[in-house]
Amino acid sequence: MIREPLIFEISGEGKRGFRLPPLDIPVTINLLNEVPTREKVDGFPQVSETEIVRHFTRLSQTNYCVDIGFYPLGSCTMKYNPKINEKVAAMDSFVRTHPSVPLKFSQGNLEILKTTEELLSEITGMDAFTLQPAAGAQGELVGMLLIRAYLEDLGNPRKIVLIPDSAHGTNPSSAHLSGYTVQEIKSNERGTVDVNDLARMMSEDVAALMITNPNTLGIFEDEIKKIAGIVHSKGGLVYMDGANMNALVGHCRPGDMDVDVIHLNLHKTFSTPHGGGGPGSGPVGIKSILEPYLPVPLIERHGEGLHLNFNPSKKTIGRIRGFYGNFLVIVKALTYILSLGPQGLSEVAEIAVLNANYIRKNLEKDYHLKYDSPTLHECVFSDKFQKEHGVLNIDIAKRLIDFGMHPPTMSFPLIVHGALMVEPTETESKRDLDMFIAAMKTIAIEAKENPEVIKSAPHGSYVRRLDETKAARQPVLKWTPERTD
Amino acid sequence: MSYISLSDNDLKEMLTAIGITSIKELFNSIPADIKLNRDLNVPGPLTEVEVVAYFENLANKNLSLDVLSFLGAGAYSHVIPSVVDYLSQRGEFVSPYTPYQPEISQGTLQTAFEFQTLICQLTGLDIANASLYDGASGAAEAVLMAHRLRRRPKILVARSLHPQYRETIRTYVNNLHLNIIEIGYDESGCIDLEKLKGSMDEETSAVVFQSPNFFGSIEDIQKISEMAHQYSALSTAVIAEPVSLGILEAPGILGADIVTGEAQSFGIPLSFGGPYLGFMSCRKEFIRQFPGRIVGETHDVEGKRGYVLTLSTREQHIRRERATSNICTNQALCALRATMFLETLGQEGFRELAWQNLQKAHYAKGQLSQIKGISLKFNGNIFNEFVCEFPKPWEEIESILLEKKIIIGYGLENEFPELKNCAVICVTETHKKEDIDKLAAVLKEIT
Amino acid sequence: MNPGEYFFAESHEWIKIEGDLGTIGISDFAQKQLGDVVYIELPEVGAVFGFHQSFGVVESVKAVSDIYSPVAGEVVEVNSGLNDSPELLNEDPQNKGWIMKIKVKDESELQKLMSALDYEKFLESQED
Repeated sequence: MIREPLIFEISGEGKRGFRLPPLDIPVTINLLNEVPTREKVDGFPQVSETEIVRHFTRLSQTNYCVDIGFYPLGSCTMKYNPKINEKVAAMDSFVRTHPSVPLKFSQGNLEILKTTEELLSEITGMDAFTLQPAAGAQGELVGMLLIRAYLEDLGNPRKIVLIPDSAHGTNPSSAHLSGYTVQEIKSNERGTVDVNDLARMMSEDVAALMITNPNTLGIFEDEIKKIAGIVHSKGGLVYMDGANMNALVGHCRPGDMDVDVIHLNLHKTFSTPHGGGGPGSGPVGIKSILEPYLPVPLIERHGEGLHLNFNPSKKTIGRIRGFYGNFLVIVKALTYILSLGPQGLSEVAEIAVLNANYIRKNLEKDYHLKYDSPTLHECVFSDKFQKEHGVLNIDIAKRLIDFGMHPPTMSFPLIVHGALMVEPTETESKRDLDMFIAAMKTIAIEAKENPEVIKSAPHGSYVRRLDETKAARQPVLKWTPERTD
Repeated sequence: MSYISLSDNDLKEMLTAIGITSIKELFNSIPADIKLNRDLNVPGPLTEVEVVAYFENLANKNLSLDVLSFLGAGAYSHVIPSVVDYLSQRGEFVSPYTPYQPEISQGTLQTAFEFQTLICQLTGLDIANASLYDGASGAAEAVLMAHRLRRRPKILVARSLHPQYRETIRTYVNNLHLNIIEIGYDESGCIDLEKLKGSMDEETSAVVFQSPNFFGSIEDIQKISEMAHQYSALSTAVIAEPVSLGILEAPGILGADIVTGEAQSFGIPLSFGGPYLGFMSCRKEFIRQFPGRIVGETHDVEGKRGYVLTLSTREQHIRRERATSNICTNQALCALRATMFLETLGQEGFRELAWQNLQKAHYAKGQLSQIKGISLKFNGNIFNEFVCEFPKPWEEIESILLEKKIIIGYGLENEFPELKNCAVICVTETHKKEDIDKLAAVLKEIT
Repeated sequence: MNPGEYFFAESHEWIKIEGDLGTIGISDFAQKQLGDVVYIELPEVGAVFGFHQSFGVVESVKAVSDIYSPVAGEVVEVNSGLNDSPELLNEDPQNKGWIMKIKVKDESELQKLMSALDYEKFLESQED
């Protein structure tokens, strides 16, 4: 494959990729008298349109993606991204509306937002939603700020947030950003929250429990109502990380599990593309006790029309970003929900769980499973058997690349040493699942017979194993003209 | 539709392999009392044809596209080269996740590295991250960062910073016991330098200002930064309209320590407010406190150049509650569009773009200021936005113009009660001379 | 106690005593667990740390670990060479990869630490 240089390295004086129409007004000189200006942006490239197209087309060919194949990245729900979502979100009227147009010019957009809020409330059993958070992590922050505002209103924001040791790293980070100290709850031998431990740690200093259900091991927290009861009995609230909603949709609802706040990831459960790391969208659902604190603006129905309320209550946590959320991402999610309908949504969870269990069943003799509890949409193997031959989870992951597949999530959750977290999602064919299973079985054999081939993988990729230590010890974070390579 | 790829036979074989007779058995771990024993009350399923009709109906309730708009105020209408749409919609860019496996993600990673380079070139600073959510949350992240670096309780924020950015900063820092002090503006529309000087002290972590600011006025970054540096506070510049950087000197060269902002102007459509693109750059000595994903260059075992996510120990998935930010997924695809936009325009095209915005906005400013009754509220230097004061109530002006299919600008009264009957008007390269003349003619009639 | 003798903490730091000065670093076992060290957050000279108080952070590519002062004391010198060469922590953790020197406050705290031999036994008992 041709090695694609940086665009700056193919730049040449005089080349142009785009022209503006000529200026149609008389030119005025010296418009910026006392202001420091520049003649040009130093270093900006000069390339032709042909070069731009080849540059990005070649770069794109070095990427693996869901459109190419199996992507069992646990906890990320890498399902197929329907193309109709893209078509709808590209409609001129959605793409071209300025966010500050008078409301009568954005009624269609507001209807989309309101309808999505209402449907997400139904899907999760919550009372209301805000669609503003730009991604799951910002959703977590909003959720925790809502809890804090509510408790503060009752007279004491409290100090501690309890988080299981299997949680996503964003949970403790968001809790900290909301002004809380984090205390970790140990998982029990079943891989779920230890209820006795929770009861012991729960006090009137605890603001909330952040829990993921099913948890990051793919195990359903079957004592969730008891857990919520313990937290509520001391006046705390229950926050649910909804990253794994794909396992539940249409089968059970967080609202019915006594959860007070939840965030969803539209780029996981609701099929909006991940884009190589965003844009996502992290709507937050709440029980009505938290409604006075929702971030502004609120979208409200007033008779026939929709209205943006910028000053709903003095109690609001305020604004958390510009405008009203990642609108086009929300359009895609709504397209998906309507395309599937009630049976389609419920089938999502069924097949996602079936596919994951099919993989688990087929690989549980070849790879170690730390917890034998039933799992839903994902399962977490480890490298325990392969480690005996000097093969680690990272080696297994890199070897999978040689088989034309994306590796599972590695080294997470932290409670499984050498974790390989597999989440196939519902959109994969049996043929793809079988290919993955076969590849993993081959690697298990290789680990015993020819570990070197695994430890030196990948062999056929555009680049081979990269020196991440060098990247961190001597960071090179931008191109500069003086360098020579 | 459900995008399921299993045949009836596959299903049977898989159930047999697992050793069960029904998928329902796989959900036995969910207690009966919380199972939903009914269908969700959700419309659909809709076929493609039906779903398109559904959304077309909603699209028709929006603004008709033949309205002439002079709205800016944090979201800007600019030309988008066709290659940006075409290339950015490739599945290889749209459908991967965050590049955790660099060997099969070089397209995403190299693009991010080019984006970081472009942002450094634009802002005149040493390092840039791979993106943040948007300008408002970027400003909040900058405040958090400045506070981590300086550990002082006071943050000075210009009143001429976008009101939504100010509100977002407040929300983010609300529980950190910071003292946010708002600094007003003077008759130029710029930050009141006297007041700024008076408020700056050893307790100050940072001064946060926007340039060109919310009123369109270009701030004196050099003076502001000098004042900040006297107390070793951080000069934090917010750029909401980065097209201006095609002609204005890089803020980092003028003394800004942190530059953050909104890069929607770079090839990202207005989209009713999102997704947009936050960016941030800073001096290299602040790297340990820098938020967000960063891509670095390295080589593989054969010595071939490659790119990886680096310095990840700052981030939530490793540092958990002690991370520099809780950010995880951000706006990679928007950053890709911005990279394509800037590289396609290139050095010449970008300069020309900035120059046309400057020229057209000044032409409009000249035309409007000649109309009797209309006055320019501020006398500062501007780039592509300026504030007019009207002789009639703003709502009246707005609605008369709407009847003529013109959205004249962004009314300031709600967020700035002191600016009664004032609006920010934005003119970019997308406005033709006749558009501007039409606005002036209509205004002449009604004022 | 012999001059130049190493003592180890359960959190895998070592201290070597010479007069009233203690040189502190992390053990060979600790550096192996961390993998390639890419950054060390050093304390400031003059800072005072208590017994088993965190005085800095060691980072590898994908992990962050606190490092704890084995005994209480005041920092008199730090190994600023680690800023440019964090690899010293991997290559020579118990010599060139030293992290800081402190003025030991209370020598009796050394009794709470392990000798090299005991530390070796401790590591063996930790294996799973």
